[in-house]
Amino acid sequence: MQMKFNLVQQTGASNHQVAYAAFNSNAIYDQKANFRAVTQTTPKNTWVDHLKRIQTDQDQQAFAELFRYFAPRVKAFLMKSGAAPGMAEDCTQEVMATLWHKAHLFDPSRASVSTWIFTIARNKNIDALRKQRRPEPEELTWGPEAEPEASDVLAMQQQSDQLSQAMKALPGQQRELIEKAYFGDLSHGQIATETGLPLGTIKSRLRLGLSKLRQTME
Amino acid sequence: MNKITHHLSDQLLIGYSAGTLPEAFNLVVATHLSMCDECRAAAQSFDSIGGALMQAQPTEDLGDAAFAKTMALIAKGPKVAAPAPAGIDVPDPLSAYIGGGLSDVKWRPIGLGVRQAVLKTSHAATARLLYIPSGAAVPDHGHRGTELTLVLQGAFRDKTARFAAGDVEVADEDLHHKPVAEIGHDCICLAATDAPLRFSAWVPRVAQSLFRL
Ligand SMILES: [Zn+2]
Repeated sequence: MQMKFNLVQQTGASNHQVAYAAFNSNAIYDQKANFRAVTQTTPKNTWVDHLKRIQTDQDQQAFAELFRYFAPRVKAFLMKSGAAPGMAEDCTQEVMATLWHKAHLFDPSRASVSTWIFTIARNKNIDALRKQRRPEPEELTWGPEAEPEASDVLAMQQQSDQLSQAMKALPGQQRELIEKAYFGDLSHGQIATETGLPLGTIKSRLRLGLSKLRQTME
Repeated sequence: MNKITHHLSDQLLIGYSAGTLPEAFNLVVATHLSMCDECRAAAQSFDSIGGALMQAQPTEDLGDAAFAKTMALIAKGPKVAAPAPAGIDVPDPLSAYIGGGLSDVKWRPIGLGVRQAVLKTSHAATARLLYIPSGAAVPDHGHRGTELTLVLQGAFRDKTARFAAGDVEVADEDLHHKPVAEIGHDCICLAATDAPLRFSAWVPRVAQSLFRL
């Protein structure tokens, strides 16, 4: 289990790095450095660039790369949440199509790409598997002319990355509990509220982002 | 809006983020998140746990045609959602369930001046709007499960605290309470329960069976 998990991490990270190297001309791609990048907290917001390319150029190449990396993860998430393989396959295609259609709504100052895709997959799961509507909070968006600041985007992507690293470092049992909560094996009453994850920084960043948003909306 | 002092529990926020809550609870959570940036930030940080989890897990291969099928779905264009009905006086997620604003609610009396309207959700839990006239009380009741009560207008008090607009009370099995609307304003709440309420008095129990409290 542990082995397999590490392997996935490496694959994921090297995908990141390939993309990073391809779309940031100053990035030096090197196998060893790549592996080190996994264990250290190197900012890698490359999927953000992919999404931007889909957003602005309907770039199919960027979408194909994103698909290759995320679709198998979305399918795994849906199956762990109880979907049969055939249904998970269909839903994954719908999730990825939604990603394309809603690319313009992605806000990199408020979520990592994986978090954003997770929310689409979760909503699909509720809709298709649980046959429920999903009430969502009122939409808050930067107006047409206002864009999130680059420094906010970078900070959010860095902190998401740090959270992923912290998740990997969690003791097995604690991790398992979180997985159970997210894959639908626990009712809300059974969920332990103490995740053991350093959520404070990402939460205060999100809070700050919301007040900035509110200011631009006024 | 006055400052919100009673928030959602982390348990509920994680459940909302994981997508495991019954629909009626999701509705209360989404409505509170629309009013409370504190909880919205917390919910989004729990979403990022979900994202990290999804990214880190072992993968499942897709069929050979999956990418082509996805491109075909994309070519069909986005599903156009029906425009949400305008609810000027309630947050968007709630107005979608009411089909408008508070003036569109079809209230039914449940005794002692209190009125309610059950909203259509999945059966795992019940969502309803409560209209408690100034100074009136919701009959004393206990719960078998969890009850969430979110104040939309006015304020109520029970033996635990005062709850004003935006505040949410999370009551578990042990709380036996009697919410009373504050004098001066009628109080409107959105409430959700995952088990039928239990009333202590005989008369409300009859009302309960008649009106699906
Ligand atoms: Zn709150």
